[in-house]
Amino acid sequence: MTDTTTTAAAAVSVRGVGKRFPGVVANHDVTLEVRPGTVHALVGENGAGKSTLMKILYGVQKPDEGEILVGGETVHFSSPSDAIKHGIGMVFQHFQLADNLTVLENVVLGAEKLHGIGDAARTEIRRISDAYGFGLDPDELVEDLGVGERQRVEILKVLYRGAKIIILDEPTAVLVPQEVDALFENLRELKSQGNTLLFISHKLDEVRAIADDITVLRRGTTVTSVKPADVTQHQLAELMVGEELPSPSTAESTVTDREVLEVRDLQVDDAQGRTVLSDINLTIHAGEVLGIAGVEGNGQTELVEAVVGMVRPTRGVVELSDQDVTSWGTRQRRESGVGYIPEDRHRHGLLLDAPLWENRILGHQTRKPSVKGGWVDKAGARIDAQRIVHEYDVRTPGIDTTARALSGGNQQKFIVGREMSGDPKLLIASHPTRGVDVGAQAAIWDHIREARRRGLAVLLISADLDELIGLSDSLKVILRGRIVADYDPQTVTPQQLGAAMTGAKTAGEEA
Amino acid sequence: MKTLQRAGLALAAPVLALVVAGIITSLVLVAAGDDPAAFWETMLAWPENRSLVNIINEASVLYLSGLAAAIGFRMNLFNIGVEGQYRVATFVAAYFAAQAFLPGYLNTVATILVAMLAGAAWAGIAALLRVTRGVSEVISTIMLNAIAVSLVAYLLRKVGSREGQTIVTDTVPQSGWIPGISLFPDSVTDMYGLVFLAVLAGIGFSVLLNRTRFGFDLRATGHSESAAVASGVDVKRMVIYSMLLSGAVAGLIGMPNLFGVSHNYGSTIQTGIGFAGIAVALLGRNHPLGIAAGALIFAYLSEQANPLGILAGISPEIIAVTQGVVVLCVVIAYEVVRRYRNKLEQRAVAEALEAPGPSKEVTA
Amino acid sequence: MTVSAPESSAALVKPTAARSYRIWIYLAVLVIALSTTRIFTGADDITSSGTLRAAVIAAIPIALAGLGGLWSERAGVVNIGLEGMMILGTLGAGYFTYHYGVWVGLLGAAVFGAVGGALHALATVTFGVDHIVSGVAINIIALGVASFLAEALFTGLPGGGPTQSPSLDRPPTISVPGLSGWTESLEDKGWFLVSDLAALLNVVVSQLSLFTLVALVLIFGTGWLLWRTPFGLRLRSCGESPSAAETLGVNVYRYKFVAVTMSGALAGMGGAFLALVASSGYQNGQTGGRGYIGLAAMIFGNWRPTGLLTGSLIFGYTDAARLRSGGESVHALLLVLSVALLAIAVWQLIRGARLAAVLAAVVGGLGLTWYLRTDTIPGDFTQMTPYVMTLLVLALASQQLRMPAADGQRYRRGEAG
Repeated sequence: MTDTTTTAAAAVSVRGVGKRFPGVVANHDVTLEVRPGTVHALVGENGAGKSTLMKILYGVQKPDEGEILVGGETVHFSSPSDAIKHGIGMVFQHFQLADNLTVLENVVLGAEKLHGIGDAARTEIRRISDAYGFGLDPDELVEDLGVGERQRVEILKVLYRGAKIIILDEPTAVLVPQEVDALFENLRELKSQGNTLLFISHKLDEVRAIADDITVLRRGTTVTSVKPADVTQHQLAELMVGEELPSPSTAESTVTDREVLEVRDLQVDDAQGRTVLSDINLTIHAGEVLGIAGVEGNGQTELVEAVVGMVRPTRGVVELSDQDVTSWGTRQRRESGVGYIPEDRHRHGLLLDAPLWENRILGHQTRKPSVKGGWVDKAGARIDAQRIVHEYDVRTPGIDTTARALSGGNQQKFIVGREMSGDPKLLIASHPTRGVDVGAQAAIWDHIREARRRGLAVLLISADLDELIGLSDSLKVILRGRIVADYDPQTVTPQQLGAAMTGAKTAGEEA
Repeated sequence: MKTLQRAGLALAAPVLALVVAGIITSLVLVAAGDDPAAFWETMLAWPENRSLVNIINEASVLYLSGLAAAIGFRMNLFNIGVEGQYRVATFVAAYFAAQAFLPGYLNTVATILVAMLAGAAWAGIAALLRVTRGVSEVISTIMLNAIAVSLVAYLLRKVGSREGQTIVTDTVPQSGWIPGISLFPDSVTDMYGLVFLAVLAGIGFSVLLNRTRFGFDLRATGHSESAAVASGVDVKRMVIYSMLLSGAVAGLIGMPNLFGVSHNYGSTIQTGIGFAGIAVALLGRNHPLGIAAGALIFAYLSEQANPLGILAGISPEIIAVTQGVVVLCVVIAYEVVRRYRNKLEQRAVAEALEAPGPSKEVTA
Repeated sequence: MTVSAPESSAALVKPTAARSYRIWIYLAVLVIALSTTRIFTGADDITSSGTLRAAVIAAIPIALAGLGGLWSERAGVVNIGLEGMMILGTLGAGYFTYHYGVWVGLLGAAVFGAVGGALHALATVTFGVDHIVSGVAINIIALGVASFLAEALFTGLPGGGPTQSPSLDRPPTISVPGLSGWTESLEDKGWFLVSDLAALLNVVVSQLSLFTLVALVLIFGTGWLLWRTPFGLRLRSCGESPSAAETLGVNVYRYKFVAVTMSGALAGMGGAFLALVASSGYQNGQTGGRGYIGLAAMIFGNWRPTGLLTGSLIFGYTDAARLRSGGESVHALLLVLSVALLAIAVWQLIRGARLAAVLAAVVGGLGLTWYLRTDTIPGDFTQMTPYVMTLLVLALASQQLRMPAADGQRYRRGEAG
């Protein structure tokens, strides 16, 4: 056996691990020591290779080189069950839950041997839930749970399997500040009982608040490991990106008094007849960015889709430049100058298997330069796709490349470029910089600010409170399908926003 | 160079599939105690002139059927009902033509339009059920195929007359017939005069798909329905239009034979063309030229298999095995090639990223 | 703590229990309606034990195909190739029964069907081919293989030919001695409701094929296996969220493969039932689209065993009604259907679903007019009854159904997280 240098065997040691995907090196020479019974944070910007490393540690993917030791013993994981056997559990950022199954079924899946799938398992789940104050009912369907509860189901899944090493992939990304505090309580409790936590994040204040050790990942490799006490947040940020962090602050106001979008008394019901959006009133002027803050799943998606025309409101009016467009379809609204950066670019923004120049036409099927009359203008579309690639710095070998082959950031830049084409009057930007690296993020912010200066009205939905505060001219908070608060971005703090987003402010004492 | 590689990849799949299907067919023959050598000798012999004409005729009909299926497939709409639409349309057309409401070739043109309308109407039922009630078009078109068989049989009994073993509609007036084109003086069969209908439909399909806005919307919906919706495509409307169009093309399938050979609709109408068309469309990857190749291959296999019983003592049914295996192999092969191509492309993108960018490098 | 509606959760769990409870009420209403119609129209065959027995015999192959669909779709693979697997089953049943008897025949049918299922699994799970495309290809292959092999296997056998097997033994049947005669005589009385129920009982206690029992065991066994065991939980998780299953160490590919192969085996057994119980040997084209109807029955049954059995019985019943004094029986059924549709129209109107109400009213009204203006229904129309029923039922039921969340989607390993 190899001789380990540390006195007590590290809970997890990663030595020289590398992983290549076709043409891309996701990880190379990653080295990491996690002490048992600590919270170890792994920080790095989007695309730095954190997720790949996590998937390797959890056996979802196999490394091409290097070795991994768990408790001093070399391991080779070929599937998550190998990782689970070695006491590793993972809480995914995108919850891995089956909506149509109960909490119980989701938890015992794959671990049926432990306590069966019946009453013994039910008792065990109640026990864990009570021990950590999770407040979960084993027989509830997961689809009826909120975001925080779902995350607790994920953690419960890990605990149920008796994991001692718990990996949490950006667990705070979907939570509001108050929920983050509750999560951190849970994590401290877990640590005090001897568990080891590997915490992935790019939110540096949170990392400094919870971690015992911090390892920085940049461009696929580990840069350094530090103690939180030894570095400032600023130093950490520079380690992470290798240079100064951009910030989304907006300079002087460009808001005019010309109304571009007006929404009155809007109500949307879902297919089951439940009201998911009600009493929405908002106005956006030319040159104004209106930010919508809210916990995901509180009606933002429906609001966007109602404005774009993808869902029919049950009640209310949508006006574009004083014209009632409530009965218009998406196409007609787009024609009259609405650009749309969708939340999920793979589902709503791109034809993944079509070349970029065809993607240029998407959403502009009735407008020049890509279309003339009923005919597709291939030459025009190609020239304009080329322009977008150039102006928005989309890294691609050419416009005949399929959208799927590009990285997420470059896909997003292409979408932004496309939606800014033809001088839109209104831009609906849903999480415009999600999953994008820092460079592309700064570029996208610049483009939005530039268009705003020229009189573009923007409806901005984001989970990134810094982005919202930095870019917006005014802010609204959405909760349970209603607008519950208005703020001035110049004066509001993330804590105030967080309180309003959870209803702690308006609905009195709740969590 | 790059286009050459692309073309090579595109051809690799069907060639591979044909080879594998050949091997499997031989194995089945051996297992059944037949002689594969005799099979291949018959199959690969150069067709007689008469057979060549038959292959062209059969291929033109299969091509129309393949196009009909492909229109739906291109937007992930599975019109399995070409068979029923073709049957209903051909019956209605034969009945209409026999009434001779219009003189000469005007009657022919009007009949072709009526056939398209009838095919579209029958397909429209499935489209409506899908759009208003959310019924999967796969199930509904299959049910409509079965209903079409009974319905047409009933109507034929009402309006037709008995002729030997079969019941037929009245004969189409001779002034509207489209005479065959004699390709070889020694062949007893002629090429359908309406072969050009298949060519026209193919060109129309190609132009519609690649050059028009409608075609773009159709392909966009096939690539990603959610993205199409976000781009302003009214998917329900697209489902109805493409289903109607698919049914209309299905209505054309029976026309070359109606005006060239049979001149009426009889209870011995050729069956299975609709299903074969689906196979042909899959074989040709729903591409106008690919479907043509697929139709020719299927027609060749069927025609060459006819003398198998006499010449090699093998049941011609074996060719259905070959055809089925070709289709399954080809869809698998296309998928494998698609994945391989994605990998190649991702590599190309990565290489482009390695190279210094056109403007300042921000960070990785 | 977070936004949710806890009070609604209890109500959401219950419908499954309420649903199976409601089925019995529906059945009772149906029996009363049929009995009333029998008295009113004099179409005695619509509830005779002969018709009901034929209905069960017609329903079981559909149910087995539907059960195959259930296995496959619960694991997330749409299986339109059921028809082809069923065809393979009829061939397997014909060949193995002739040489080795009915039980080996049943096994042979299952194996033949399973081969078709494995092929579908290979294409869809391993290679990621579109499920519908692969299913269509399998149907083409199965049709070709069956007609080629039938000619190779059955030509020259006594009573066999290129398109059919020799006449085969039937699987054994069982009767309960005392009850069998008693129910028969009660049925002959023609009393309202009593005789109808007696006929129903007679089907169960007299000449019940052992294959029917096997099928029922498979259907209810599936319900237990998929909903009460770890194996079933894992299989269903592959259809609901394969990536979640993968992150918990479930080998998704393997479960999908097993499920689709099993799906083929069940469809194959449906084929065996068709060849051995519903007729007396293999014939080309014997399945006649029953694989597809099985799929429709499964959708109607909301991807649940009891539901698909109910659906199959409805289809089986219409099929049987057309076979036994078809014109008269189907004519009487037309009345039942029309009245039912009109009732649905009223109910939908009350619920506020105007479009559905109008649709039901129009079809129901047309049906009623047709009923009143004729005395019998032409043979061609009785032929299409099961298919029209399928369309109608799906048109009325489709929107209230919930299929597995990841049904029909391609899944690639390593994409979780």
